[in-house]
Amino acid sequence: MQATCSDYLIFDAENGVYVENPEQVVRDDVEKHHWLNVARTVVKDWRLYLMLVPMILVFLFWRYFPMYELLGCFKVTDPVKPVADQFYSGFSYFNTLIFGGTNPGLSAEFWRAFRNTFLLSFYGLVFGFPMPIIIALFFNEIRSNVARSIYQVITYLPKFMSTVVMTSLVMMLVKQGSQTSGMGILSQFLVAIGAVDEQTAFAGLLNNPSFFRGIYQISGIWETAGYDSIVFFAAIIAIAPTRYEAAQIDGAGKMAQMRYVVLPSILSTVVIMLITKIGTLLNIGYEKVLLLYNPKTYMTADVVSTFSQRNGIVGTSQGLASAAEMMNNVIGMLLVIGANTIARKASNTSLY
Amino acid sequence: MKRRLEISELVFKIISYTLLTVFAICCLYPFIYTISASISGREAVEYNRLVLLPKDIQFDAFSETFNDNMFWNSYTNTLFLTFYGTIWEVGLSILGAYALSKKRLLFRKGFNFFLVFTMWFSAGMVPQYLNYINTKQVFNAMGIMDDKWLVVIAMGMAAMNIILLRNSFEGVPSEIEEAAIVDGATEMQVLWRVYIPMSKSIIATVSLFFGISRWNGYFWARQMINNSNEYPLMVFIRRRLEDYTDPDFTAGWSNLHPTYATDSAIYALIICSIVPILIIYPFIQKYFAKGVNAGGVKG
Repeated sequence: MQATCSDYLIFDAENGVYVENPEQVVRDDVEKHHWLNVARTVVKDWRLYLMLVPMILVFLFWRYFPMYELLGCFKVTDPVKPVADQFYSGFSYFNTLIFGGTNPGLSAEFWRAFRNTFLLSFYGLVFGFPMPIIIALFFNEIRSNVARSIYQVITYLPKFMSTVVMTSLVMMLVKQGSQTSGMGILSQFLVAIGAVDEQTAFAGLLNNPSFFRGIYQISGIWETAGYDSIVFFAAIIAIAPTRYEAAQIDGAGKMAQMRYVVLPSILSTVVIMLITKIGTLLNIGYEKVLLLYNPKTYMTADVVSTFSQRNGIVGTSQGLASAAEMMNNVIGMLLVIGANTIARKASNTSLY
Repeated sequence: MKRRLEISELVFKIISYTLLTVFAICCLYPFIYTISASISGREAVEYNRLVLLPKDIQFDAFSETFNDNMFWNSYTNTLFLTFYGTIWEVGLSILGAYALSKKRLLFRKGFNFFLVFTMWFSAGMVPQYLNYINTKQVFNAMGIMDDKWLVVIAMGMAAMNIILLRNSFEGVPSEIEEAAIVDGATEMQVLWRVYIPMSKSIIATVSLFFGISRWNGYFWARQMINNSNEYPLMVFIRRRLEDYTDPDFTAGWSNLHPTYATDSAIYALIICSIVPILIIYPFIQKYFAKGVNAGGVKG
């Protein structure tokens, strides 16, 4: 803070003269040696800073170094040389991906992957988001604690299976038939109720592009709906019982109680969870897609991550793959930041 | 008036119970079917004769799995990765979170942003892969040819879990810390004797998050480990699944294994991999609920 003249001189009423203000001298001294004092506290707290070092190093190594590797998307790929020694190729990879450039087929494939990424997430939002809320409302109806715990234990269970186990189960349940063995049990069930015709089911539902999205969403709901209801259920049981009683006295039926008591109480939680989901719209779990898809279903199943996995890890065009992921992740980051800003404005609680 | 109220309550209750039961059955059925199919006879599985309960019971699929050295090898590898990986991640997270929870830390906001930025923006799969390959070369140059240790330390920790721990540490009253310092405790003793005992449940939760993700980890383990003796369980299961669904591989199956189908072999493997989780699951389930609620909105 800028000291003014009156800060330095104070009027000494006894002698009738102005004298120097000793407090301001101390203040000046502190300000002059600010960084020295800061350095002293840092040295005194050296143990605290030492504790921080390993974590910082890990994040630097495994999260920030890859961002440096990301620069490869501006450079000519030469796997022999490190990124630093490669030539800049400007935006040629971006040009190829977005406008086709030298390889229109690749561009079409990229846009297909981008569209699939968005659609898988979007359908996940539309169909997957309301499910945990509905389940939490149902949990609230069960008054017996034992019964509710049993239901909760069972419905949270699929969440704890690994992606590999979960996808293996899905693949076995809808597997194709052959001369020596029949099709999966779920396929049979679907044929029996007439949801799919027998030939399609026999060829394997996961070999059919028009079923991939459905299988992906339903298995996603199966996996997470129970577990995701935890947060909504916590919001619902926090509602004071007196509010239901007041509503009942006013003559509210069950639906009216839902409408005027439960819904307003959990609205802020719902809004925050929704905004979080929108923020992660493009960060789709690539592991699940990678394990479930096959060349026959690329049409609807191929997402940006798997597109770059095919090109950059299985194939050798790492610059191109990095460029594809860069676009996806930058848009993803803008969505997260935008969602966070809206959350802060809307509810005074930021997510991060 | 009073009567109508009761009817609407009752109807809603019946609907909730019915739909929840249907959903619970959907959650449980695949697992029960898996168990039944793994111990059913070959023809019953191949011609889909079983719906819920096993038919023509055999345990050959399980004994085949138990006699498989590769299976036990992968199990050991997974235990190794889960144990050391969790210790590594939890240890570093606790130290870092403790430092971050102190208001007097210089550039505290900067360090926080350093963490949170990794939640917003990730470099992506291919750059991470290149980074791992480079690190692996450094490791090999140093004479460490064992990829397992690379997998243990290479997984960057989830920033969300560190933030959970930091929030919990911030909730410890500063008077207790001051009292400990007056009694002559060092920084490390304050952390060990005051903060860790006071945040036991959130540390348990975070350890479980880390542990489960290690146990279930697949993609990076598959990319980074070349030696098939070092594959963890999930990679092993996936490779077996790929083998067993390949018609060339299963062509002579019925002569070699007359009693059980290829599907039973896969199901047996799946059961073996989920049994440890099923055993500890009822005990850890409440910690997960706690972690989700603590991490839901705060940050």
